Amino acid sequence: MASLHGQRVVRQEDRALLTRGGTYVADVADPLLDGAAHVTFVRSTMAHARITGIDVEGVRTAPGVVGVFTAADLGLGFAPMAVPVLPPAMARPWLAGEVVRFVGEPIVVILTERRDQGEDAAEQAIIDYEPLPVVAHPEDARNDEVLLFPDHGSNTAAVFGDEGDASEFADCEVVVRERLVNQRVAVAPLEVRSTAAAVGADGRLNVWMSTQAPQSARHAITRAFGWELDSVRLIAPDVGGGFGAKIGPYPEEMLVAWLVRHLGRPLRWLETRSENMVAMGHGRGQIQHITIGGGRDGVVLAYRLDILQDSGAYPSMGAFLPYMTRVMAAGVYAIPNVACHATSVVTNTMTTVAYRGAGRPEATAAIERAMDLFAAEIGMSPAEVRRRNLIDVASFPHTTPTGAVYDIGDYRRALDLVLDAAGYDELLAEQASRRASGAVRQIGIGLALYVEITAGPTAGKESARVEIRPDGRAMVFTGTSPHGQGHETSWAMIASDVLGIGLDDIEVIHGDTDLVPRGMGTMGSRSLQLGGSAVLEASEQVLDLARRVAAELLGVGVDDVVLDHDAGVFRQAHDAVGGASVSWQQVAVAAAGEGGSLAAGADFQASTPTYPFGAHVAVVELDSETGLVTLDRFIAVDDAGRVLNPLIAEGQRHGGIAQGAAQALCEEMVYDDDANPLTTTFADYTFISACELPSFELVAMETPTPVNPLGAKGVGESGTIGSTPAVQNAVVDALSPWGVRHLDMPATPQRVWRAIAAGHDLSSRQGT
Amino acid sequence: MDLSLSVNGESQTHDIEPRTLLVHYLREQCGLTGTNVGCDTSSCGACTVHLDGRAVKSCTMLALQAEGCEVTTIEGLAAPNGTLHPMQEAFRAHHGLQCGFCTPGMVMAAVSLLDESPNPTETDVRHGLEGNLCRCTGYHNIIQAVLAVSRESS
Ligand code: FES
Ligand code: FES
Repeated sequence: MASLHGQRVVRQEDRALLTRGGTYVADVADPLLDGAAHVTFVRSTMAHARITGIDVEGVRTAPGVVGVFTAADLGLGFAPMAVPVLPPAMARPWLAGEVVRFVGEPIVVILTERRDQGEDAAEQAIIDYEPLPVVAHPEDARNDEVLLFPDHGSNTAAVFGDEGDASEFADCEVVVRERLVNQRVAVAPLEVRSTAAAVGADGRLNVWMSTQAPQSARHAITRAFGWELDSVRLIAPDVGGGFGAKIGPYPEEMLVAWLVRHLGRPLRWLETRSENMVAMGHGRGQIQHITIGGGRDGVVLAYRLDILQDSGAYPSMGAFLPYMTRVMAAGVYAIPNVACHATSVVTNTMTTVAYRGAGRPEATAAIERAMDLFAAEIGMSPAEVRRRNLIDVASFPHTTPTGAVYDIGDYRRALDLVLDAAGYDELLAEQASRRASGAVRQIGIGLALYVEITAGPTAGKESARVEIRPDGRAMVFTGTSPHGQGHETSWAMIASDVLGIGLDDIEVIHGDTDLVPRGMGTMGSRSLQLGGSAVLEASEQVLDLARRVAAELLGVGVDDVVLDHDAGVFRQAHDAVGGASVSWQQVAVAAAGEGGSLAAGADFQASTPTYPFGAHVAVVELDSETGLVTLDRFIAVDDAGRVLNPLIAEGQRHGGIAQGAAQALCEEMVYDDDANPLTTTFADYTFISACELPSFELVAMETPTPVNPLGAKGVGESGTIGSTPAVQNAVVDALSPWGVRHLDMPATPQRVWRAIAAGHDLSSRQGT
Repeated sequence: MDLSLSVNGESQTHDIEPRTLLVHYLREQCGLTGTNVGCDTSSCGACTVHLDGRAVKSCTMLALQAEGCEVTTIEGLAAPNGTLHPMQEAFRAHHGLQCGFCTPGMVMAAVSLLDESPNPTETDVRHGLEGNLCRCTGYHNIIQAVLAVSRESS
């Protein structure tokens, strides 16, 4: 059997998804859930207010209502902090009882026989509010005039890096400064949040949750309520996308588990999209001040990034993400002096969390915008300025001024490949001719290089267990928790290559803590390099065990036994095909007969994170009369080390590129000045669709990492990290004839048109 | 109220709440959970099914409006012997799905698109699927899958 590594193997999981659809939490038909009541939350309509009254009498008597709970009824206090270092005074109550701090914060839980009855009953809840002054913007939060948590004494949730001073720019011929807004976006997985729970015959609580990390969710729930770990079984069935926002369990989800434990009745919770838009964590949300300085020869000497992170009302993962931004602040450049300081503040908006890239896209967006600003200032091409500052291929591992240790890379090659594939010179010529002719439709060319950190921020670990059943089939148990990434196929490929067992005879098990008690889940582009490596090691150990059993069966020494991968049988070394052999089935049966089992577990512990890199070019067309920007072409070089399954890796790149382009072009989660959310449905939120995107031109590049036996780095987030600044730089480039040096995202027609209009003003003023 | 219709070739009669949406009827009364709900504003297309052969968003109509109609869901698309519809086959071959949540609706919309316009350009396909959102794939492989089916059948 030829090695499957590097083959475009179509996914094992697709048949079910294509014929009967996935089994998401809302589809779970476990008998334990028969007769489940439905959970509905009454949510705050105010961004910041004192609750002066909660009247639920009308709710209690509404049709189908079987339970109503307020904070006072629960008597539970506060949900645990997702990130332990954050101030405990900023903890979120399970339900708001005294103060609400964002629109969408849950105040009352209603249980009804049917789901529609919950929606009706919620209308009967009367909440009296006394409005408090609102902090809608992080820049307002920073001055601490209005405090969200007076007990904490400030709105600052976390601080990273040191303030530094301006002396690093003293020797620079040219210094450029800009304020950049990396806007808040909705994560918007197609499946919203959903949880169901029921007590099983053994008295344990069974929880089905749409999550990226079932084992961690089980820990979080049992720890929050002081339960034994074993008292909960957590199951992540098919999950309809996560993108970072389904890493940690939310108070709503944990509360469902608590209510079932206390009432003994099974419950189902399925939020609506409108709820999801305001009450599932949002992504990004940084205001950045960049300072970049260097010489007119294009060499950058110093770079400084100051970050103000919007943590939302109750700080969680989002408050921590500037840490990741800081680690990756230097990008692909050998800048001698790099400083980054970040402050995370709370505002009266939904909490920010991880979103595809989680802190690293913000770093890349800042440095890649800074490079273009610097290039524009000294009048050099963006490609040339970048080339003059790249980290040299010979200098890996490379330690950056902010402490990252890049494992391996060849950034110059990535740049050359992408410019070549894009036809950069032809594009520049086309642009020049359109500019010369004053065409209404102008083109913009955007370039971005990136390096990011995967399976970080510290050295990661994941476990796997491989077991051969008496019928000769292999079971692979993994602590990763795929929700679209194709682990069932990829892990089977890895096991198959080691064991010589066909893909159809390998089953990959994940997402059920009874079957896989240990695991970290899927996030941070960690799964293949850690989880896949663990599968590889466990498979190799099982093969060792099997060779020992086969040696006995064949009556030869262990060292004389080889696995014939093609036939999937063990033979004596150098024996001709057709000689004595034993099958996996025989070996497994023999092992079982000896009271043993043919199984091995492995914990793969990486020595460091890995640092994928790449180069992206975006070509946009600008209609200068309407401000409409169209993404015409997108060319991407993404080097994520050795590729296991190009079909799946390319799919990850496509999805990432689209999400990054979406942030650059059209998506923004908008709150008004009173912190009322304005983009609360898919009718208001401009979720990117097929007609706003081109087909993507992908260029292959593979530089294996020495960090793991697969040579793999993460690929799930790279697309997003490179594409956001590539597209944004293209938009600014298209606008440069109007004197535009920077335009914040998203490049909506209105914003672009205004920039053009302002440019016209500028030129007419200059003309007079 | 009584509702009679055909779902995936089988006639069904149910007593339903008049305000039941078609998608909820399919999922809850018929037990066909392949059709998903992704939004509450008729924006995402996850709920797309065929009504008398044409794609509709089943969250956008009452079940009662389907009285006497033929509804086909993702569960009814493959041949009874399990042979995949060419669109299902192409989605698989081209990796046109990741988490799978948008997939049933996307496939049903794509089949209907080619029924109406058998030889679309890439731009036609992109515009034809504008009402079906996918967060995972960036649409690239979905478009490839649809174009491949169109090529093979022409
Ligand atoms: S659920 Fe029907 S369009 Fe979104
Ligand atoms: S495959 Fe996940 S939303 Fe389309």
